[in-house]
Amino acid sequence: MVERQRGAIRLAACDPEAMALGLTPGVTLADARARVPDLAVADADPVADLLWLERIADACDRFTPRVAIEPPDGLVLDITGCAHLFGGEYGLLEAVEARMRRWTGHLRHALADTPEGARALARFQTAPAASEAAALRRLPVAALELEGETEAALRGAGLKTIDDLVSRPTGPLAARFGADLPDLLARILGKSGKPIAPRHTAPAWQFERRFAEPIARADAALTVIGELAAEAGQAMEARRQGGRRFTARLFRSDGHVVDLAIDCGQPLRDPARIMRLFTERIGALSDPIDPGFGFDMIRLSVPRAEPLDYAQLELEGGAVHAEDVSALIDRLSVRAGSGRIRRFVPRDSHIPEQAVLALPATASDRQDWPAPPSGEPPCRPIHLFDPPQRVEVIAELPDGPPRSFRWQRTLHEVTRYEGPERIAAEWWHRAPGDPGLTRDYYRVEDMRGRRLWLFRHGLNDERPAPLWYVHGLFA
Amino acid sequence: MRVDSLSLIQRRIALIERGGRAATEAAGHAPTGHDRIDRALGGGVMRARVHELVAESAAEAGSGAGFVGVLAHRLGGEMIWLRERDAELRQGQLHAPGVAAIGIDPARLLLGVLPDAAAVLRAAADAVRCAGLGTVVIELWGNPRAYDLTASRRLALLAEASGVTALLLRVGGAVAPSAAQTRIGVSPAPSVPLAADAPGYPAWTVELQRQRGRPAGGIWRVEWDWEHGQLRDQDHDAATLSGAVPPLSGDRPAGAIGAAGLRRTG
Repeated sequence: MVERQRGAIRLAACDPEAMALGLTPGVTLADARARVPDLAVADADPVADLLWLERIADACDRFTPRVAIEPPDGLVLDITGCAHLFGGEYGLLEAVEARMRRWTGHLRHALADTPEGARALARFQTAPAASEAAALRRLPVAALELEGETEAALRGAGLKTIDDLVSRPTGPLAARFGADLPDLLARILGKSGKPIAPRHTAPAWQFERRFAEPIARADAALTVIGELAAEAGQAMEARRQGGRRFTARLFRSDGHVVDLAIDCGQPLRDPARIMRLFTERIGALSDPIDPGFGFDMIRLSVPRAEPLDYAQLELEGGAVHAEDVSALIDRLSVRAGSGRIRRFVPRDSHIPEQAVLALPATASDRQDWPAPPSGEPPCRPIHLFDPPQRVEVIAELPDGPPRSFRWQRTLHEVTRYEGPERIAAEWWHRAPGDPGLTRDYYRVEDMRGRRLWLFRHGLNDERPAPLWYVHGLFA
Repeated sequence: MRVDSLSLIQRRIALIERGGRAATEAAGHAPTGHDRIDRALGGGVMRARVHELVAESAAEAGSGAGFVGVLAHRLGGEMIWLRERDAELRQGQLHAPGVAAIGIDPARLLLGVLPDAAAVLRAAADAVRCAGLGTVVIELWGNPRAYDLTASRRLALLAEASGVTALLLRVGGAVAPSAAQTRIGVSPAPSVPLAADAPGYPAWTVELQRQRGRPAGGIWRVEWDWEHGQLRDQDHDAATLSGAVPPLSGDRPAGAIGAAGLRRTG
């Protein structure tokens, strides 16, 4: 792997064979070629590496929910309370090794009390030792992964292994090599611990099923999700909770992970409705789920839960209607995308196109709208053009009402008009180069009774020849 | 004898089509508040049916949308408005303050913007099935291939089963056979001017083009009084504003109005 560093093409990473030939990262490509003429070289791609690491981390989610990534090439798994599920630490290690064999030929791993200790052991241990503490003490100071100068200083002082450091008092060490050193030492040796920062926080509700034989059919997987949903429903009912978001992870036996997520507008725990949404979700996928060699684990989790009281059926039988509508919103949103089904929310702005927000109906609640002024005809159009459409207008100068205009290749004679309603730009929001033109709105009616909303963009003193636009259609 | 057995078969087919319910079961009507229109429709807009509303061109889409909103308001309940994304992008967004300005509470309104007509119709089938809604507005532009007799029949059956009323707004499409209860042509009409010759309340020329099981025909010039929530004749106060309203729309030949229709309703 090569990369351009400090103006020269240098090796960014080498495989073990190259290391054996004496090549190390940082050597320029020309030097490396001189030493090993038939060197196989590829461009380094850190982004692809990170994606690859993310995928491996996804696959590791099956061992523990707490997985952290250490770029460029490390994963830290917090296996507290997880090892017994695999028959102890050795069982877990075997499972990890078996799984990783599919991904990579070069795996180094270690178990330790702290993440730093495990990392140091995985990267720097060379020979087996009697115990974890002994192994850690034997590591070279390089395992501390300090900055180059500090490490050189340690070596210069004759401190070669961690054992040399541990036997010294911490005070002088901190004084000479920085306060971080005793801290780091304590963390590596397990005397103080800092938890890892996992990629996902473990959700409160998580249900999973593992299979001895991978299941190779997508509909069988869906049935399992249904069973998990029923379990989740029962568990949530006991706590009077309902899920706003459900995610299903299908772990394929070759390490690939399929994620499915649904959002709902109301807290939900009815398994039938959860399943209907998952079915919609799968139906809306651009490429269908590929079971490959089969799924060997399926997990359903509820990352977002909200209080949901016991459902009360109506006396005559049948559920409450409001729930019907929210179920419809969920179903349509899952199928078409959550931004497609919208609810109108008023916004306090006098600029017409900013007076309303159309928010996803699953994420917003009903909001009250102010009543329109009584005794007046509608003063806002029912259809609004965004952006407004240019029209050619014949109007009196400098600021008279429109007399006739040409819109959509038709000439419209204005028979009645009302206006102008003058709407100024929001000067407090104006960008430096924006002239902030005032709009003069006219409600006009043409011969055939079509009612339109026209505006002149810019007053006469703001702009010499103001443009006209149609902004909307009235009922 | 033959006629008897034929009518018997027809009745049995009707029974099967309505899922075993008696064919004579009367669905409710939502009165529009305009006497003559209500009389022509047999008491108002029939609930649990599909109604087609036809607007001629894109320039009249706003007026069509307004009339559909008015009918949905009279029908009551929550409403969902399903549109194609193209219509939303090019022909103008449904503007909630404008909806509020004709007396409809936008809080009761859900908007669905879907990629194409087929998706609109699929969503409509789901929405019409949902008994919690009052009205489903389906807006279709032009002549989408997905909207054929089968699609409209499916909507009609679903509407009958759930009691939801579907209002199908067609903009600029050619008239085709459908299973709708009524087909109503909607075009804008000059409004009664207010003081200083300002455009007045929303006004339409409404034409009942087709109706199942009842005589069709009839053209009315109506105006929407949003404060009282009812349609009314446009000449309600023509006396005070003399000469404001021409009797019939000037852009249509008199022959096209259909004299028979006028007699029946008048």
